[in-house]
Amino acid sequence: VCTSRFWFNYRHVANTLSVYRSVKRLGIPDSHIVLMLADDMACNPRNPKPATVFSHKNMELNVYGDDVEVDYRSYEVTVENFLRVLTGRIPPSTPRSKRLLSDDRSNILIYMTGHGGNGFLKFQDSEEITNVELADAFEQMWQKRRYNELLFIIDTCQGASMYERFYSPNIMALASSQVGEDSLSHQPDLGIGVHLMDRYTFYVLEFLEEIHPASQTNMNDLFQVCPKSLCVSTPGHRTDLFQRDPQNVLITDFFGSVRKVEITTETISLDRDLAGFESKLPKDELEAEPLKYAEQLPVAQIIHQKPKQKDWHPPGGFILGLWALIIMVFFKTYGIKHMKHIF
Amino acid sequence: AASAQLQLAVPVVVVFAPGSVPGDLPGSLPFRDVQEMEISVNLRTSITSRYETIYRSTTAQEEAALGAATAKEADAALHLLQDAMLGALTMYVVPETSSLLPQGISVYVGKHRSALMRAGAGLAALRTRLRQLTQVMSFTASSIAAALSDRVPDSQLGPDARRYLKSSLGYEITFSLLNPDPKSHAVDWDIEDAVNRYVQPVLDKLSLVANFSVDSQILYYAVLGVTPRFDKESSSFLLSAHSLPHVINPVEARLGSSAASLYPVLNFLLYVPERSHSPLYIQDKDGAPVSTNAFHSPRWGGIMVYNVEDPASPQTSLPLHVDVDMVRVMEVFLAQLRLLFGLSREELPPEFLLESPGNEGLADWELDRLLWAHTVENIATVSTTLTSLAQLLDKIGNIVIKDDVASEVYRAVAAAQSAMAKLATGHLHSAFQASKEAVTSSERAFFDPSLLHLLYFPDDQKFAIYIPLFLPMAVPILLSLAKIVREARQRKKEPTKMD
Repeated sequence: VCTSRFWFNYRHVANTLSVYRSVKRLGIPDSHIVLMLADDMACNPRNPKPATVFSHKNMELNVYGDDVEVDYRSYEVTVENFLRVLTGRIPPSTPRSKRLLSDDRSNILIYMTGHGGNGFLKFQDSEEITNVELADAFEQMWQKRRYNELLFIIDTCQGASMYERFYSPNIMALASSQVGEDSLSHQPDLGIGVHLMDRYTFYVLEFLEEIHPASQTNMNDLFQVCPKSLCVSTPGHRTDLFQRDPQNVLITDFFGSVRKVEITTETISLDRDLAGFESKLPKDELEAEPLKYAEQLPVAQIIHQKPKQKDWHPPGGFILGLWALIIMVFFKTYGIKHMKHIF
Repeated sequence: AASAQLQLAVPVVVVFAPGSVPGDLPGSLPFRDVQEMEISVNLRTSITSRYETIYRSTTAQEEAALGAATAKEADAALHLLQDAMLGALTMYVVPETSSLLPQGISVYVGKHRSALMRAGAGLAALRTRLRQLTQVMSFTASSIAAALSDRVPDSQLGPDARRYLKSSLGYEITFSLLNPDPKSHAVDWDIEDAVNRYVQPVLDKLSLVANFSVDSQILYYAVLGVTPRFDKESSSFLLSAHSLPHVINPVEARLGSSAASLYPVLNFLLYVPERSHSPLYIQDKDGAPVSTNAFHSPRWGGIMVYNVEDPASPQTSLPLHVDVDMVRVMEVFLAQLRLLFGLSREELPPEFLLESPGNEGLADWELDRLLWAHTVENIATVSTTLTSLAQLLDKIGNIVIKDDVASEVYRAVAAAQSAMAKLATGHLHSAFQASKEAVTSSERAFFDPSLLHLLYFPDDQKFAIYIPLFLPMAVPILLSLAKIVREARQRKKEPTKMD
């Protein structure tokens, strides 16, 4: 998830796209990735090289390319949509690619980048998500067993505050800086004119370049990435909610996808010459009336219904008390006999 | 996770053929007894299984049927005499010396819901074997653990449990033909005919469990992610077992899936290796080539490698025309489909003989097994979902529950209770339907878009907004109030002074 927009936040988009590329390289297909980007970099009028997003100085690596599938772009990247994706409370009209169809055996990797503060993350310069909301969303996911294990990586200023409030089991979190520290960007490119990447993500990507689908590197190595000398901020991590020892957790458990496979040893025997017989179940004899165009979707469920006319109630306790107080004070101060001047 | 106590009742009828009645029966036939067994899944969840058994002797027609030459014919004849409903089992006990069962086999399990058993030494031995047989044909502790796998610690799950496909209202099955080398092989597969003939009967039988939709596709230039090794001894190419997990992902990106449906997808891939990599065999852990040349991945699907024979004369022009033998392919794919649903025949004791279900793909009692597991899983899911919804409502006090969400919740609760009641009396079919309805309603209620907790402000945020507004306004009011009280007190004292 990239939570920033505007040209000067180029590095956040480059961060997100680079992580997206690494994850795809290690084997996760687009159908298993939900990418949320403001996507206003490649075709921005200020981009000297249109249709590209570079992640390295001297324009070495174009991470935008022609194989990027952005699921939520531009103004769709909102806190509400993000939480809807996580908890699954999505309107029924949402297509498959915009949903998180995970189950209790899925390992989920969440990477967020943008501008943040102590306990919140700014979304698109207009709203915020707090660490409490994020923790509640994860708890909702756990209740419905929407994940087996979850790895949360955040690259923002004061990123560690975002994982302080997690309380659901099986979550491991990594952040680029502690509370009170800022995450710094890595290098500006003079040709493009903005900073291209953030330091933490840059070093994480360097680390990921050496991972291939069969590698056995574990999480402890990821925790060592970007020490203070290189990163200026102190990366932090949190593993107390995680049941397994990070030593035993492979990087490819989250970044790549290695499936459990079994050799098929049984076969069934089919009778070759059996002609296809009529299915035993009676087919529906009634011809369903062809649906009219307007009736195809349950519109009433999708669009909010008109609010019911509320009956008028006399003003209740608090307002009544407040008004009584104000009127009493007014009359006490000015006296009743002054009323005739008003009326 | 919510606690659950479920009672599962299996009605069993044991029919004794003449000469097979054990000597130490407690009473005269017919009589009935009930045996209960507890399967405890974890601290808060336990399943009690009740085997309600009726023991009786054969009727004349059944005796005639049991006089057939082979067990298969006997079973077919007996099936016509039963009116077995879903979940009920019938066992026929034949004398120990009967020739109906082959030598060395003491139990023959038919493809409907009945079995033939050899009479044992006495009642106790009979009972043990009966219990074993009943468990095989309905549910065992491990199949229940598989169904409730999210409540069981990971270490206790067996391989069957890991394979288990979660219960869902529908499944999408996709058959794909991968041809990485169209210049050398022009592959033709008559998938539509194969689906109608071989796959559709199996899916029709499974239609009680879920809705199935089938589609197929052909992908060209789709390669496996792994390069196979050339083995000089057999002059063939080998894919070792530990490289198999890496095969699936590069292909999956190209597979695609239907955009509209949210059902889990099962992919069955048929891979025709390139001419330069033919023949290609899959090696198991011991290095021996696998006879089916196929492997599967739980909750995903299966892949089979189809080798094209080298043409007799080296001069034949490329591309070679290949007509895929769909029967061989479907035998493997349907076996994989059974395994993916958790129906394996591996763990049975050797003296059990199972009748092959033929083109139907699965026996009636295997369908029952699926239904028992799915019903239990559905009920457990409903209770977890509703408990979690209640906890959410407790936490956010001012969340608004729309009328339709409320009605879904009521419906889910009613359906779940009905399902549990029907399970306790042994009506598997209606219990399963009720549990499906309960799951649909509870999921609809839980995932309703209006329940997003973001939309409802927590109390501390409300204070943060209203205090800066009201506090400055309240200061002059409170001070004036204090002044009023002081003046009132003074006036009360003054009259006494003015005396």
